[in-house]
Amino acid sequence: MSAIAPEAVVIGASAGALEALSVILPALPANFRLPLMIVVHMPPDRSSILAELFQAKCRIAVREAEDKEPVNGGTAYFAPPDYHLLVEANKHLSLSSDEPILYSRPSIDVLFESAADAYGPALIAIVLSGANQDGAAGLKVIADAGGTAIVQSSEGAFATAMPEAAKAMCPSAQVLSPQEIAAYLEKVSGRP
Amino acid sequence: MTDVDMPEKIEDIEIRLLLEALYSRYHYDFRNYAMASVKRRLRQAREQLGFETLSALQESLLHDPNMFPRLLGYLTVQVSEMFRDPAYFRAIREKVVPHLRTYPSLKVWVAGCSAGEELYSLVILFREEGLEQRTLFYATDINQEALAQAEAGIFGLDRLQLFTENHRKSGGKSSLSDYYSAAYGRASFDKTLRQNVLFSDHSLVTDAVFGEMHLISCRNVMIYFDRDLQNRALGLFKDSLARKGFLGLGAKESLRFSNQAAAFSDFVREEKIYQRLAA
Ligand SMILES: C[S@@+](CC[C@H](N)C(=O)[O-])C[C@H]1O[C@@H](n2cnc3c(N)ncnc32)[C@H](O)[C@@H]1O
Repeated sequence: MSAIAPEAVVIGASAGALEALSVILPALPANFRLPLMIVVHMPPDRSSILAELFQAKCRIAVREAEDKEPVNGGTAYFAPPDYHLLVEANKHLSLSSDEPILYSRPSIDVLFESAADAYGPALIAIVLSGANQDGAAGLKVIADAGGTAIVQSSEGAFATAMPEAAKAMCPSAQVLSPQEIAAYLEKVSGRP
Repeated sequence: MTDVDMPEKIEDIEIRLLLEALYSRYHYDFRNYAMASVKRRLRQAREQLGFETLSALQESLLHDPNMFPRLLGYLTVQVSEMFRDPAYFRAIREKVVPHLRTYPSLKVWVAGCSAGEELYSLVILFREEGLEQRTLFYATDINQEALAQAEAGIFGLDRLQLFTENHRKSGGKSSLSDYYSAAYGRASFDKTLRQNVLFSDHSLVTDAVFGEMHLISCRNVMIYFDRDLQNRALGLFKDSLARKGFLGLGAKESLRFSNQAAAFSDFVREEKIYQRLAA
């Protein structure tokens, strides 16, 4: 674990996202200190159901990210369908309708790379279940900036290609199950 | 965390200087755009244009006038669709048009029109509703290449399936194929659609009010701005709108965080359509 207290968490997930996130997010306590920014691949015409879905199950605040809103601790922000989500250096969120990256909008890499710039080593990044390569390049950028990299373990994952691609590109990443990820987040959030 | 104590990264210094150079040399002002996106695009430009560093790109930008349009292409990515977010155009048709009908003549401004997708959508909608003949459309952007494309009205035929579907979902009363002819993989839109349109180079960052509008549609442009710049653009829209004029924004844009919010009321909240309050 790095010596720098983490300030934020970014998560990327695709196929199998709901199962993994349903373990992690509801486990976080009401006084969870860190903000979480989350990209889940969804068909573009799907209206934003994720935030609502998790709101009901979670003790932390869960919302769909809005353009230029300040990042608050203890809040999970989902990227809206069909927009990229980025974090600015001043810890505000930005949306963008740039072209899809690796067929994805929102793109995990886009979120991760901007978060690496904004938080440097004080960032935890997690690549969950998925059947593509998104997030691998971004995870490496975060690890290179001194952040903490985590990928979901293959066992029990709905789709393993995405966490495996991320692990291959970023060998220093820890491999954890969703339960272990939840426990890890709770532990580091407790640190001052 | 105390950002002020952290030394500025070399890349951030380079970005700041490059944007300054771009402004001093070409009067294009990206200094207050949302930086996370600008950074991404500059990295992309540096890589694809084959420069070792952003400083090297800056040198070329200052000394080689051909570099400027190429870089501008990176900084103003053109992503658009006809009748993008069909529900927005349906709301314009069903809620805004009935008000517009009461005016003998109309002015409509499509700000950040890209290659014309949003403009043609509105012109076709106005034609279907019988308002086109009394309307003057202004289509503006800072990317001349995009403006030239908009003026030509030619789109890849492979995009027309989506445009047609969007048009239908927006409540279109005609068939989109009535408005273009297809040849060699391209759809060429009828020039009569442009007879009431003025295309011009206009920046929401550095240029001023140029007319009194009844409807301004500015979608997915202001998300690329920081908050101060958003406020500037919204101030421009406020000053450009007739009393009770309408302002339509992108699906994820709103007046919520703006200091101009008091000048507008929600008109169709879900579609981000606002109405200018009487001053
Ligand atoms: C993502 S496109 C949006 C196109 C269209 N309005 C839509 O919603 O589909 C953004 C457009 O804004 C233009 N733009 C960027 N900065 C601008 C400025 N300062 N003033 C006017 N247009 C600008 C870009 O050149 C580009 O054409």
